[in-house]
Amino acid sequence: MILLTRKAVFSSAHYYWNEAWTQPENERVFGRCANKNGHGHNYTLEVTVAGEVDPVSGFVVDLKELKEILQREVVSVYDHRHLNLEVPEFAADTGVIPTTENIAIAIWGRLEGKIPGAKLHRVRVYEMADLYADYYGER
Amino acid sequence: MGTASTKIASGAKARIDFDQSMAGLKSRAIKTGPTVYLTRRYRLSASHRLHSEAYSEEQNQTVYGKCNNPHGHGHNYGIVVTVGGPVNSHTGMVCDLGELDGFAEKSLLQRFDHTNLNTLDAFSQAVPTTENFTREVYRIFQEFVGARVIRIRIEETGNNSFEYGEELGRTKTI
Repeated sequence: MILLTRKAVFSSAHYYWNEAWTQPENERVFGRCANKNGHGHNYTLEVTVAGEVDPVSGFVVDLKELKEILQREVVSVYDHRHLNLEVPEFAADTGVIPTTENIAIAIWGRLEGKIPGAKLHRVRVYEMADLYADYYGER
Repeated sequence: MGTASTKIASGAKARIDFDQSMAGLKSRAIKTGPTVYLTRRYRLSASHRLHSEAYSEEQNQTVYGKCNNPHGHGHNYGIVVTVGGPVNSHTGMVCDLGELDGFAEKSLLQRFDHTNLNTLDAFSQAVPTTENFTREVYRIFQEFVGARVIRIRIEETGNNSFEYGEELGRTKTI
């Protein structure tokens, strides 16, 4: 079994807000992240897949294909977008706040079952160099 | 005055209601949320000298080499803390980062930053190798109540790092 990791980057805006709470409650829990005008980050996504090495190609997965899948399923949807306003899984009526944790879970959902020949092992999302979230598909 | 005190009273009540509702939400979320691991890096600078009283001068020199320099040396350590747990469905968070940062400030940075590790109680009986430092930091972070601290990694230099704790993603082992 080999683990293989591919990076991708996207830049997005977001804010944290729970519609069930008042403004002071949101501000107390989320601090500056509750500013409804939003703020943004350069996110780095690391997707790790697990699989056996194909004896003929020597690959676990075709890296070019993996890059295209990340581009199509994630980057084209998230990059230079406002996550709360333009990405369906974080729309206000879903109640899903676009924290780094929930972004990792959402990306897992976008990629699961779409990578031929390999199993999705880990989704890591860096919000900044000193902060990231890992999701292994644990429910 | 009346309006102001009404505001304060109603604010205090809101705070209490909110704390109670958050406590309820946290206990409910634990049963249902998917497990995510959140990792935060802190930085601190400290000096140390690797020297064991159990060894002779010559043995210390052989085992620890330049790290045995009597006057010590220092590093910019990266302290990488991973917490794991269910995502609270109301906050979208595993852990309140403000709480984690506050704990790190008080229990990690104030204790170790710009110190000589050899002079601290934690290393009165143990050589302050980064292995022992990693275990000590893991022990300290077990006192954090805001989330479960799963793993500690300490980066001693860009080329050396040390890890202690549980494996991540245990339920999806490869």
